[in-house]
Amino acid sequence: MATTTPTRGAHGSRPGRRAPKPMTPSRQAWRSRLWRFDDKASPYAYIAPFFLVFGAFGLYPLIYTGWIALHRVEMTSLDQMEWVGWENFSNILQDSEFWTAVTNTFVIGVISTVPQLMIALGLAHLLNYKLRASTFWRTVILTPYATSVASAALVFALVFRADGGLLNWVLGFFGAGETNWANGHWSSNIAIAVIVIWRWTGYNTLIYLAAMQAVPSDLYEAASLDGASRWQQFRNVTIPSLRPTILFTIVISTIGSMQLFGEPLLLEGGQIGAQGGTEHQYETLSIYLYNYGWNLGHLGPAAAVAWAMLVLLLLIAAINWLVGRFMRKTAA
Amino acid sequence: MRITRTVAGRSRRTAVVATTGLTAAALMLTGCSDSGSDSDEADANGNITLTVADFGQFGYKEAGLFEKYHELHPNITVKENVTADEKVYYPKFLQQLNTGSGLADVQGIEVGRVKELVDTKADAFADLSKVVDPDQWVNWKALQASTDEGKVIGAGTDIGPMSICYRRDLFEQAGLPADRTEVAAKLAGGWEDYLALGEEFKKKAPKGTFFMDSASAMYNGVVSSDSEQYYSKDGEAIYKESAGVKAGWKLASEAVDKKLTQGLAQFSPPWQAALRKGSIATVACPAWMAAQISTYAGDDFKGKWDIARTPGDTAANWGGSFLSVPAKGKHVKEAGELVKWLTAPEQQAAVFKAAGLFPSNKGAYELPDVKTAKLEYFNNAPIGEIYAEEAQAIPAAVLGPKDGVIKDTISTQINNMEQRGTKPDDAWKAATEAIDKVIG
Repeated sequence: MATTTPTRGAHGSRPGRRAPKPMTPSRQAWRSRLWRFDDKASPYAYIAPFFLVFGAFGLYPLIYTGWIALHRVEMTSLDQMEWVGWENFSNILQDSEFWTAVTNTFVIGVISTVPQLMIALGLAHLLNYKLRASTFWRTVILTPYATSVASAALVFALVFRADGGLLNWVLGFFGAGETNWANGHWSSNIAIAVIVIWRWTGYNTLIYLAAMQAVPSDLYEAASLDGASRWQQFRNVTIPSLRPTILFTIVISTIGSMQLFGEPLLLEGGQIGAQGGTEHQYETLSIYLYNYGWNLGHLGPAAAVAWAMLVLLLLIAAINWLVGRFMRKTAA
Repeated sequence: MRITRTVAGRSRRTAVVATTGLTAAALMLTGCSDSGSDSDEADANGNITLTVADFGQFGYKEAGLFEKYHELHPNITVKENVTADEKVYYPKFLQQLNTGSGLADVQGIEVGRVKELVDTKADAFADLSKVVDPDQWVNWKALQASTDEGKVIGAGTDIGPMSICYRRDLFEQAGLPADRTEVAAKLAGGWEDYLALGEEFKKKAPKGTFFMDSASAMYNGVVSSDSEQYYSKDGEAIYKESAGVKAGWKLASEAVDKKLTQGLAQFSPPWQAALRKGSIATVACPAWMAAQISTYAGDDFKGKWDIARTPGDTAANWGGSFLSVPAKGKHVKEAGELVKWLTAPEQQAAVFKAAGLFPSNKGAYELPDVKTAKLEYFNNAPIGEIYAEEAQAIPAAVLGPKDGVIKDTISTQINNMEQRGTKPDDAWKAATEAIDKVIG
């Protein structure tokens, strides 16, 4: 995108002025300097609000969290900070619960993101056909995204309840025994993944749909002239054109699954939810952080967990970037 | 992108920048401003609303005390904000104390947390020793909420003398005596006898019923008779060596092993549902637990429950609470008066009569409402008689800052043994790891 900005200082006076007053040379120089200053400085002024807000609510908390992570700070006495260096980090890295949380976060991340994006791709493809009442269908697809995490999680908590839950009741017709969904490691992770999939599939569908509509139709015409079936068109025209979009949704979903909090917190709720299940069977990193900081009252290790999460995210982003570069190279 | 500068475009951009800036400023303002509690300044007629935040059951609604206070002080309306689970209530309360916003005028404190607040947050509370006379309370209760300098941050509400709540009808069906003195006689040897009774019950137990709700209740019952539970007098965490903890853990794992429990986490929704369905035959029952049982079991089981003395007739205390006044409140003086009134002998007696929460104010023990109190729901069990004697003999327990979390962690691990078949040794290891993380 090329940006050309007319430099107004050169004109001396604006066109369209009816009666330009005669100006002294020094005054003219002053004005031209003002113009130039306006040209150079105002763009910064325009973007300043974002950076101010980001600095106050993004960067400052980030750095201050890092500062806390190097101290011993208790919930009960926030004003007393005792320097402990890297102790908090070594403590959480040696804590088996931390690794449980890392594993859970990744397991839930994978089993929620992969099906979610595949379903979204399929749905977007279907919605891309000429349909009656297409706006209606698109709206319906997006409604889960508009519900709050809390209400979705609470409703699904009823579905997955051990006694009298909707799912167990339905499975009962097929002769399945009662499953305590929240109790098992896999069953609880699947339950949480289902909530995530339900909420986010529609959002990704719409993003894919938008990208699909931007694919030039002559590509499809050419493909069909060559005798490509619908499926071949989808595979060889749609998917390659969507590659940047797919990469984008993967990044967004990864960040989202890293921050997974509300769903596990509310699956069972109360104190049990706040520690990710009685044996931490569905404890994610965010829950681990919350439990350490707010239930146990140790803010130092909690801040260390936050930074560990950031590092993990950067690692994933790096891998993502490498894979993307590799794919672009092989495609070229 | 080519930027064309027209006068209109320019002013629109300025407007956008201006609104963005304003929004940001507004965000920052609201972020920093103190949202305060619900109760605002008094209106023109001097009417104020006092808020009371508490958890579980304090019995004020049951006894109609807030309405009565409004009758006595027509300009004061009291609003109660109840959180069912104290474990959810406390972290939020602590956060509110830190930020100084969102606090109610009167806040409840559970005994497992009071030491931590006395040690670290005493400045955030109004000194109640200027409003109430601490000598009114059983000695150990008043000391629990006092700093070394004699500042009192909480006025005692109830205490939790132990007993056993049991279902008469289920006992009869299982061929056990249903009379409360006979039940007490069978338990005379202590908590081991309670387990033996459980085995007897299990042999002929009605289908779908369990002797106890959770072994964690029994564990807490056993531990509650010790004066040193989780911390020594010097303030050191001794829970790994504590005799009471060891005995309680051993008995609890035995109860799990013998399948005498339904394995429900106490106060959780499934636990409440089990009481409503009537599948639980006995509950280790501090006085306040009786209130929970009658609430959740409901009218269907009225008169079918009864109360017997603690196994071995030991004097033990589990739980109990305090009312505090955060110093930053808008109506500290009025809130202090309300606390004084609510914790006075007459009102504690009224709560006892209505909900079974046992008074901590010595003055209440002499009142006829307490002395002759019977709980209709529990087959007219003479709770005044059962608890009052025990209350006087309860040893002064040493409290520690993390008592509440330690107790909850051990209870969770007992639940794990029950629900997930965790081996006792593994559960104990998990408990100590988690507790060391809390203390460390």
